[in-house]
Amino acid sequence: MAVTGAILVGFLIAHMIGNLKIFLGASDFDHYAEWLRTMGEPAVPRRTVLTILEIVLGVSVLLHMWSAISLARRARAARPVKYQGKKKSNAQGYATHTMRYGGVVILLFVIWHLLDLTFYAVNPKGSDATPYDRVVADFDASRWYITVWYVLAVLLVGLHLRHGIWSAFQTLGLRSPRNNNALRGLAGGLAAVVTIGFIAVPISVTFGWVS
Amino acid sequence: MKLTLRIWRQKGPQDEGRMVEYELDDISPDASFLEMLDVLNERLITEGEEPVAFDHDCREGICGMCSLVINGTPHGPERMTTTCQLHMRKFKDGEVIDVEPWRARAFPVVKDLVVDRSSFDRMIQSGGYITAPTGTAPEAHSVPVPKADADHAFEAAECIGCGACVAACPNGSAALFLGAKVTHLGLMPQGQPERWDRVVSMLETHDEAGFGGCTNTGECTVACPKGIPLDVISNLNRDFLKATVGGKKK
Repeated sequence: MAVTGAILVGFLIAHMIGNLKIFLGASDFDHYAEWLRTMGEPAVPRRTVLTILEIVLGVSVLLHMWSAISLARRARAARPVKYQGKKKSNAQGYATHTMRYGGVVILLFVIWHLLDLTFYAVNPKGSDATPYDRVVADFDASRWYITVWYVLAVLLVGLHLRHGIWSAFQTLGLRSPRNNNALRGLAGGLAAVVTIGFIAVPISVTFGWVS
Repeated sequence: MKLTLRIWRQKGPQDEGRMVEYELDDISPDASFLEMLDVLNERLITEGEEPVAFDHDCREGICGMCSLVINGTPHGPERMTTTCQLHMRKFKDGEVIDVEPWRARAFPVVKDLVVDRSSFDRMIQSGGYITAPTGTAPEAHSVPVPKADADHAFEAAECIGCGACVAACPNGSAALFLGAKVTHLGLMPQGQPERWDRVVSMLETHDEAGFGGCTNTGECTVACPKGIPLDVISNLNRDFLKATVGGKKK
């Protein structure tokens, strides 16, 4: 959970920084999208580095899901008779309780997102458009519900990171009373930055600040 | 005080069990929760009914025998307090109180509110000890221990093994109990010879007993009547990784 989560957090940060290039204009954004494919050239053929990254991410997602599913199954088996009274939660916050259903929603979102901007199956523009045009068409004000869906999913990603980053340090035995506040801050800070960074793009397109 | 109790009644391990309602009147706010159950049981006995079975021993908050999930919280609403040290003044007059046993596959119900916690004993048997011959108490200064280590070890050693951590955990994990033992013994010079075997075999016993996996929800430490901190789980994970991935276990 912790190791694959760390890989995915690294990816999210890189992905967010790339997305923000949209504010520098169409040519910068499209140039960045092209660079993702030409990374490592001419030493290696086109798309080599990107394909390797995609495989690493795909495997990480699968292992992350496998860990989550086995933990959930063990949890179910560990308490065959449920509490009859209302079971109170006394600890920590909201984020912890969103991890399991949030993870499922994030998975559904990732599938949609890939169909949208990787395979163009649900994108209003096709493969002959530029990446910039596809993003702008995707979050057009008339398609406000797509923006809402993206924003909700990203909020769940933020909550996932809020608990997940801190939890990863605990799982790896790296948390101590001395660094606990710093780790809480890191988890909250990164969650906020990633959430705002990702939400900025669809919101800006929908409100016409990027067109 | 007037109270309505909804108590889990189960004749034996094979019985299905159900919540049964009891009306109680004239309970002193100064009675402890267990004394309140004693009053109920006296009445049940005079009425010719089977009394409610529940675990208790010292009634001083140190033996770890009492349990009970009260209104969804192990050991009831007062923090850092065992059920035996919980008093009825913490409840409202006329309140409806749910009383249930610890719920975990590794803690099967024996009768009513009594669960079998011998899975904890099996975990201790698999590594929660030191093999040095102890004999009589040695001279205190013969084995120096840094003050900070001694304090942390003592904090972990406060665990009374009641199982509230498991009862509170949404995953039914005993990681806090396990972490307390690993931390307590791992910080002491006497605990070093078995340190890396201990963490691996205690965790194996934990998993075999049917406890769930820890997802760091933090419910355990809040429910713990001794306030064992979550740090012990971080220590547990660190020692486990060092023992396995780090190759410290021979």
